[in-house]
Amino acid sequence: MIREHDAIVVGAGGAGLWAALELAKAGVDSAVLTKLYPTRSHTGAAQGGVCAALGNQEEDHWEWHMFDTIKGGDYLVDQDAAEVLAREAIETVIELEHMGLPFNRTPEGKIDQRRFGGHTRNYGEGPVMRACFAADRTGHMILQTLYQQCIKHGVKFYDEYHVVDLISEGGDLGAGGRASGVVAYRIADGELAVIRAKAVMLATGGFGRMFRVTSNAWSLTGDGAALAYRHGLPLEDMEFYQFHPTGIVGLGILLSEAARGEGAYLLNKDGQRFMERYAPKLMELAPRDMVSRAIYQEIRAGRGIDGKDYVYLDVRHLGRKKIDEKLPDITDFVRVYQGIEPYTDPIPIQPTAHYAMGGIPTNLNSQVTRDAANTVVPGLYAAGEAACVSVHGANRLGTNSLVDLLVFGRRAGRQMVLDVKGADMPAVTEAAAEPVRAELEAFRARPKGERKEAIRTELADVMMDDVGVYRTGEALERARAKVDELRDRYTRVSVDDKGTTFNTDLLEAREVGYLLDTAQTMVAACINRKESRGAHSREDFPERDDVNFLSHSLATKGADGAVALDYKPVTITKFQPKPRVY
Amino acid sequence: MQIELRILRFDPERDRKPHEESYQVEAGPMDRVLDLLHKVKYEQDGTLTFRRSCAHGVCGSDAMLINGRNRLACKIRVDQLKGRRITVAPLPGLPVMKDLVVDMESFFAKFRSVQPYLQADDPDPERERRQSAEDREVFDDTTKCILCAACTTSCPSFWAQPSYVGPAAIVNAHRFIFDSRDDHAADRLDVLADGDGVWRCRTIFNCTDACPRGIHITQAILEVSSKIVEHHA
Repeated sequence: MIREHDAIVVGAGGAGLWAALELAKAGVDSAVLTKLYPTRSHTGAAQGGVCAALGNQEEDHWEWHMFDTIKGGDYLVDQDAAEVLAREAIETVIELEHMGLPFNRTPEGKIDQRRFGGHTRNYGEGPVMRACFAADRTGHMILQTLYQQCIKHGVKFYDEYHVVDLISEGGDLGAGGRASGVVAYRIADGELAVIRAKAVMLATGGFGRMFRVTSNAWSLTGDGAALAYRHGLPLEDMEFYQFHPTGIVGLGILLSEAARGEGAYLLNKDGQRFMERYAPKLMELAPRDMVSRAIYQEIRAGRGIDGKDYVYLDVRHLGRKKIDEKLPDITDFVRVYQGIEPYTDPIPIQPTAHYAMGGIPTNLNSQVTRDAANTVVPGLYAAGEAACVSVHGANRLGTNSLVDLLVFGRRAGRQMVLDVKGADMPAVTEAAAEPVRAELEAFRARPKGERKEAIRTELADVMMDDVGVYRTGEALERARAKVDELRDRYTRVSVDDKGTTFNTDLLEAREVGYLLDTAQTMVAACINRKESRGAHSREDFPERDDVNFLSHSLATKGADGAVALDYKPVTITKFQPKPRVY
Repeated sequence: MQIELRILRFDPERDRKPHEESYQVEAGPMDRVLDLLHKVKYEQDGTLTFRRSCAHGVCGSDAMLINGRNRLACKIRVDQLKGRRITVAPLPGLPVMKDLVVDMESFFAKFRSVQPYLQADDPDPERERRQSAEDREVFDDTTKCILCAACTTSCPSFWAQPSYVGPAAIVNAHRFIFDSRDDHAADRLDVLADGDGVWRCRTIFNCTDACPRGIHITQAILEVSSKIVEHHA
């Protein structure tokens, strides 16, 4: 059966929900499709805050936020996008409050704000209180609030529908075609649903599950990005992947930067606040790429705790009251997952794979673009971590992921409202499901073959070890060979579960394929970028090279299955690139 | 150490009724039950089916009955369960779709029935609405809910009367009834004053024990009940 909506939003995190809200409020026939239940989306795991220059605690200006975002991104940020981000952060945060988000409050009853890494006053003078927060569950409250509003406005949801293909007309998406719908697998019974639409939005989040130690949910497998890539679209800036400095050792569970925003220390085995040697002005509140590298340097120099591969995050001096009021969730994680009492003991942490700065290229109105000339793909939109607009450049500042999904999720919704008016409904038939039906059946049909979890585990190991915080040409070539081997083995995967009811075995096999595609583009983009910028740190090319690499990479699927790379210029408006010192 | 994991399995395509199957898995004391389920699924039997996503207790996907109590599989450790045998079954009181996966639709329908969204009658001001830290604190606890259904499906009143709106919906109603910015507490109190509302609570405290977020659920239900009495007085 073919379903039909004027607009279909894939993914029910913050970006997708806000877009859906705009569509519903404008009376557009629309729906949200999610492989989870909406409230399970990973926006809900965001902790520390969402930055907006409200100036509730001290003087602040959106121009300062814009500058911090650009400098934080090591000047690879498109500055027109950073300006939109910083300006509209203010109105979207206020709008969230109007929707009911229970922000913490100042004594005057305004939205409370605290410090966060890389966010400064007066263009870098010192930390500023810009992050609006609800304890250390800000993302949870954003996700809940947006879902609540979706209920209020009657948004239609396809819960537990897994997107498995994109449909276009007039050619493939990368070849001038128009997006005309999606194919989704209904998890409950295995039905392949063809949904045609005038507008399709990809808000599927990131792909952190390609790494061994990650803060990301199991669901973050790059579904939207991989499908866009398979249909000929480029993925932008895939070499820039953020490792958050403070993950729980081994597990990677995130311990928010809000801890350091509230005053926590990072200590090496000598009890020294080592950040004073790396970022004397901002100390622990330096941007994440720098702090993660500093931790690795300490570990390499033998100053990890007991000489091992972790250091301490210390909140003891904050006192119980502040810990309980401002950091209740993360201290609970420490107790549950490490068996440690943060009131009295320092917390072992190590960097954890956290966030993709790159993704599906979009313009300021969240329309997907397909080449270096920013040619718009009709009917296709993306926002949030799945997209690259690019506001994060080479390194995202803390809280800006939430700002990004609010601002550009809202813009995507508003653009779709405009675009579906007057557009005709594409002609799509049930035959659109046949290619992916064959791919899925192949997993079931093979009696015995490669195990998907072996492939996923080996991928996660090589990406962590060779495509992590520090990179070299040699390690990256090793990773390329390994990913190629895994891609070959993937063609022989079989699954145990041959049924149609809630077959997670089958869908996980599909997800491993998405991870392999996104990993392949990441490795190729890393190899080609022979400089160090933001989160991409090449030990064989330690300096930033603005002459050759002040540009965004575009990774497209070549005819031979290899990755083809192109580059497009960075948009620079107000701030010329300068050395990045904190 | 070796752990025996006894899992209640049911595949509607193969089984007429649920049955227990036993798996031996190697586990450390800090492993979570979710880790053990993954070991079974990835090393022994790929057909084992359960929901999970964030794996650290904030998304609410993997609530299930573990050693007779509703828990999040990602938030309960082997050493906390004390013993070499762990039993796992789907959440009680909801239709089983397959293995540990239950049909959540009726649960979410009840959540939606209490108008779980802010309703303020005055036009939005230019900046944020003001709210004192004290007013914000009144409903802080109930904002933590992750809709995992551990509370509602642990409630004997819900088992006895499946039309009971249940603790999770009341928690989410509480979150708005006590929000100083909201003007429609009365509408929700009317919903909750009916036969399937708060009066079905027998203060058994199963919900409070089950909540992985530590919400004082029974207390929240009592606060709502008091408000209804006040409202109708």
